[in-house]
Amino acid sequence: MSDIVLKTEGLTKHYGGVHALVDANFELRRGEHVAIMGDNGAGKSTFVRQITGVERRTSGKVWFDGQEVDFAGPLHAREAGIEAVFQNLALADDLDVPSNLFLGREKILFNLGPFSILDRKGMRQATEAALKRTAVKIPNLGSTIRNMSGGQRQCVAIARTATFASKLIIMDEPTAALGVQETAQVENIVRTLKDNGEPLILISHNMRQVFDLVDRIVVFRRGRIVANLRKEETDGQDVVAYITGAKTQNMAAAAL
Amino acid sequence: MAQTTFGVGGLTYDHSKRHMPQELNVLIALVLIIAAFELLGRILIGDSFLLNTRDNVDTIFNQARLQIIILQVSIVGIIAIGITQVIISGGIDLSAGSVVGATAMIAMSFAQVAMVNGNPNPKAVFLEQGWVDLPVIVPVIVGLGCGLLAGLINGSLIAYTKIPPFIATLGMMVTARGVAKWWTKGEPISFPTESFAGIGKGLMPVVIFLALAVLFHLMLKYTLYGKRCYAIGSNEEAARMSGINVERHKVLVYSIAGLLAAVAAIVLSSKNLTAQAGMGVMYELDAIAMAVIGGVSLSGGRGSIIGTVLGSLIFGVIISGFTFLKLDAYYQEMVKGAIIVGAVVLDVWRQRRRSSRG
Ligand SMILES: Nc1ncnc2c1ncn2[C@@H]1O[C@H](COP(=O)(O)OP(=O)(O)O)[C@@H](O)[C@H]1O
Ligand SMILES: [Mg+2]
Repeated sequence: MSDIVLKTEGLTKHYGGVHALVDANFELRRGEHVAIMGDNGAGKSTFVRQITGVERRTSGKVWFDGQEVDFAGPLHAREAGIEAVFQNLALADDLDVPSNLFLGREKILFNLGPFSILDRKGMRQATEAALKRTAVKIPNLGSTIRNMSGGQRQCVAIARTATFASKLIIMDEPTAALGVQETAQVENIVRTLKDNGEPLILISHNMRQVFDLVDRIVVFRRGRIVANLRKEETDGQDVVAYITGAKTQNMAAAAL
Repeated sequence: MAQTTFGVGGLTYDHSKRHMPQELNVLIALVLIIAAFELLGRILIGDSFLLNTRDNVDTIFNQARLQIIILQVSIVGIIAIGITQVIISGGIDLSAGSVVGATAMIAMSFAQVAMVNGNPNPKAVFLEQGWVDLPVIVPVIVGLGCGLLAGLINGSLIAYTKIPPFIATLGMMVTARGVAKWWTKGEPISFPTESFAGIGKGLMPVVIFLALAVLFHLMLKYTLYGKRCYAIGSNEEAARMSGINVERHKVLVYSIAGLLAAVAAIVLSSKNLTAQAGMGVMYELDAIAMAVIGGVSLSGGRGSIIGTVLGSLIFGVIISGFTFLKLDAYYQEMVKGAIIVGAVVLDVWRQRRRSSRG
């Protein structure tokens, strides 16, 4: 078995005339936590959408878990073991926590096709277990998530990734809208994942957070990967220079 | 003390943001409206609205009026059940009343007795052996088929051509009414077989309404079907991203709404012993009003069958209340219009309050 969980080669996405992602070559190893940084509009979310089957790529190749893949939809990516927390969360406000966790993958007590009876108890217990694993505490699992704080909603979205056995977790700006304490909570979850050896791609603008949490930083600029930096070999200033374009890297020389 | 701290990292949860179940509010409104009519009745006409004032009968309530209230809402109530699940899924169905008209006409023509007063009934079905009474299952199946077809067309248009539900079902509203008129060139059809007439006899509409209410309450609460209705109505994009086949679900939802409109048509034409092309006009609006009064949100994702049943009772109580106060039928229609608009205003107001809470 190869050591590489995810690999992309020449991954490209055009939206009409907008070249949102150009020729991205990316690798993620088992147990590795990698940050993707870059200005707004650099193509970070676009990159995630191509890997998770939310959109179909214009060109390029993707290997996941040793196999070349081309997911037809987000559910296929999930079935293969990629769990993503999208920037727009993708939660249903009027559903409770277990229903959101199991949205689209409900546990069934008795199969009657579309009218199957739900295993409500089973889903609630699994939810409690998942929240325990991520050290998230949410009062009253049975109430709708509409009235929850941004942090709690984010935790629900993250706990969703932890509920299902996954091989890769992707988080797109998970703390962008959160306060200090809530950010700390999410960072704790990320550390737990690291301890469990679960690989992660973290998109973030928060330099301190990135240096705290990840092993490697990949910088996107104008749809291209412009730097691939091991944490020990770089610092905040250096990364900012790549983000703003003040500095460029010879990618061939930096290949890991 | 609105904020309490929970968990690692001190996530906050605002208890003031938790609220009573919507259904409880609706129930309280129902009781208050009944009390208001009780009071108005004593003051204006010196009679009790719901309590039994006759000394010779040993019941607390005025059974006759209770029966009238629930009987008069039960047929539209059946439609309201279907519309509730449509609205919860983020849609709307304006075609139900017309589908009732078309279905009633078509079903009734398959439920004709062979002989009327000793003469062959020209509207009955003619087979080799002469004019025959068809078994009751035939008009029922044909009727349900009509409703299903209308719902299937609604759902497919909405799911696959992406036209707004409002427009698609408005088109069906006009088309189905046309079918109802065209079927007999506008003539009413009467003389159903005895077994067909039995479907809507006496309190049968109430029994059917409540049985369907229980069934759909369970479906919305405990099955995958219900979960998907709420999920799609709450956040269609999230539902799609989660791998739910939103399009197929919508077709199912509108088909079921069509089936329920057909049930209402069968019960109604059976109860009235006749079908006319104008049957069911405006029923969809009454049904939407019942649902919205009962707390079903027009923006989708929220509401329940219990709420709709309570909403239908409020609707019935108000209409009976006006009759009881001996107000003219014209006022009744105006009040009905006001209830419908009022219910939607209430929904908009609820939503605004909800979003301002953050
Ligand atoms: N669906 C879309 N249609 C057209 N252009 C898009 C679409 N999604 C993203 N873009 C464009 O692609 C570029 C990259 O966007 P995005 O990946 O969201 O950036 P980031 O997540 O790094 O902020 C931006 O210029 C954005 O406007
Ligand atoms: Mg983004």
